[in-house]
Amino acid sequence: MSGKTLFDKIWDAHVVSTITGGPDVLYIDRHYIHEVTSPQAFSGLVQRGIGVFRPERTIATADHNIPTINQHLPIADPVSRTQVETLEENCRTTGITYFPMGDPGNGIVHVTGPEQGYTLPGMTIVCGDSHTSTHGAFGTIAFGIGTSEVEMVLATQCLLQSRPKQMRINVKGKLQEGVTSKDLILYIIASLSAGGATGYFVEYAGEAVRKLSMESRMTICNMSIEMGARGGLIAPDEVTFNWLAQIPSVSDNREFSSLVHQWHSLRSDRGAHFDREVSFDASEVPPMITYGTSPGMGMAVDGVIPSPGEAGTPTGKKQQQSSGTGMATTGNNRSSSGTGTAAAENNRSSSETNMEAARSNPSANGSYLKSLDYMGFRPGMKLLGHPIDYVFLGSCTNGRIEDLRLFAAAVAGKKKAAGVTALIVPGSQQVARQAEKEGLTETLRLAGFEMRQPGCSSCLAMNEDKIPAGKYAVSTSNRNFEGRQGPGARTLLAGPLVAAAAAVTGRITDPRELNWQR
Amino acid sequence: MNRKQFTILESTAVPLPLANIDTDQIIPARFLSATGRDGFGKNLFRDWRYDGDGKPIPGFVLNRPEYRGEILITGSNFGCGSSREHAVWAITGHGFRAVVSDSFADIFMNNALNNGLLTVTVTPEFLAQLTELVAATPGTMVRIDLPGQVISVPGAGMQSGFPVNPFRKECLIRGLDNIDYLLSMKEDIMEFEKSRQS
Repeated sequence: MSGKTLFDKIWDAHVVSTITGGPDVLYIDRHYIHEVTSPQAFSGLVQRGIGVFRPERTIATADHNIPTINQHLPIADPVSRTQVETLEENCRTTGITYFPMGDPGNGIVHVTGPEQGYTLPGMTIVCGDSHTSTHGAFGTIAFGIGTSEVEMVLATQCLLQSRPKQMRINVKGKLQEGVTSKDLILYIIASLSAGGATGYFVEYAGEAVRKLSMESRMTICNMSIEMGARGGLIAPDEVTFNWLAQIPSVSDNREFSSLVHQWHSLRSDRGAHFDREVSFDASEVPPMITYGTSPGMGMAVDGVIPSPGEAGTPTGKKQQQSSGTGMATTGNNRSSSGTGTAAAENNRSSSETNMEAARSNPSANGSYLKSLDYMGFRPGMKLLGHPIDYVFLGSCTNGRIEDLRLFAAAVAGKKKAAGVTALIVPGSQQVARQAEKEGLTETLRLAGFEMRQPGCSSCLAMNEDKIPAGKYAVSTSNRNFEGRQGPGARTLLAGPLVAAAAAVTGRITDPRELNWQR
Repeated sequence: MNRKQFTILESTAVPLPLANIDTDQIIPARFLSATGRDGFGKNLFRDWRYDGDGKPIPGFVLNRPEYRGEILITGSNFGCGSSREHAVWAITGHGFRAVVSDSFADIFMNNALNNGLLTVTVTPEFLAQLTELVAATPGTMVRIDLPGQVISVPGAGMQSGFPVNPFRKECLIRGLDNIDYLLSMKEDIMEFEKSRQS
């Protein structure tokens, strides 16, 4: 008999019952909520005349729709203010722990949850937010849900879920100096495409993943959704346990050491079956940037924007031959100059073949060109040296202390370029305090950058932090969709180092060309 | 709570053949501050449909009077991105009851089915033919038979099967609500909680 995957182990331990021919009833250990996707769920409970079943398992924070300056003042926009007040009122009446704006525990839900020890290995975790996949970095099954499902969890602490297919992404080798985990995940998404993992839950494994810090692992798992995956997870290890041991509420638990002992079993067994496996070599990952309006449209920062048929090969290099039984490419119509890189895989399903057919069909090509048109780019263009207007450092992808450290190290002793507007937004109050303590805030101030207050900010621009129409923003967030950062805004996704290089030069710049000390 | 039942839908259709349409296009984030479920339909595809001054953009399909109907025909990976259920509320608020594509983002599909909006997944070849036909001949009647799991264009002799999870299908046909179902399982859930404590 073959072994179980990490995903199977956690899933199986949470199945309350299985509906014949239908989904499983899955028990949820931790439920995070925020102001935007929860109000309709609470009003649904009121309509049904029922309460919250297990309020102690739900944690609330205000993050999506709050300003990042003057948080001591009431929210100016009355509709946004009502939304945040509605969350506060709903938590008060149902006994849910709530971290309001300005509270020392406030911040982006996917930053605060882990740092306060609410996310622990082996858990099932959901939130009405697609980036809930972030928590998978701790060896959890964590995924985003809609508001009807938020209501289900509030009402019953359970969800109806069909077991997804499973994919393992193996990353060997080591990232080059000047390359971050954000570059790695942008590279993976560019290889697999924005819908390439739809229907799958992904486990990230391999030497390169093991070497990453928890912050870097969270960045990887966070963006799983951008290739369509329901979520992504990483087996917990000493890096995880040491990180958790720094959190007083976790390490003070008398059972901490026995918990760590149990958590050691949270790994995929040898011989466990995955529906699909792909491999990458971390040493071949360059600093990345996106050039279109889908996170799958990424390339090396010094690369050339591909033609429609070539898109999907991040470095413009040929795919490595498969070591397994299947095909060697992750898509059709790849360009083939240079040496080998990227993915090897097997066990392709028909839905993936469908995706490939769709990518090579005219409507997909039309979407590609529409996307470049929106960005003001064309195939064959280089982006290196292209002027930019805004830089955004922050979000649940890159708003953690490690991101601020990298950015600060890269801009230390330099000056923000004239004409660049920078939004530096810590992911949480705790990150902001830590940055202050480490002198990062001061380093940034001397370089001409002002630290904002925590929140989702310009990642989705629900608040005032909008990028104006037509302006180019190098953004460490997770989505470059049309209008995501404001109507007409043009987003170039990148890691904190590419963002820092752009901020001090005013142009798209290879961070390896900046003189900086880690 | 009972929902509207879905059995057979016959309607004209609206073609929007773009891949990777994300939920930010379906309903931009700046319209998510409302705390109810109503009123999102008027901002469906807001920034493709209206210019910065709120004037309709003539070329966009929802502004072309010849294209009307309760069926939206679209491209691969529809509904990717944010988990916002407001995207589904915008689509149903506009009057659509079904969306046809060759692939849907997972969270979007769950949200759609939880609101009685049927997602019909067909092959890329069938989708291409259907899109071409409906785009070329506005007013073409499309028939979606959920019990039979068949989508067809009776006038053109085109038809295709489509997959639906049997449990989901039953819920849609009978207008059943998943939360009521889970609430009926409270004892099992509490039993499960007890078994984990021991």
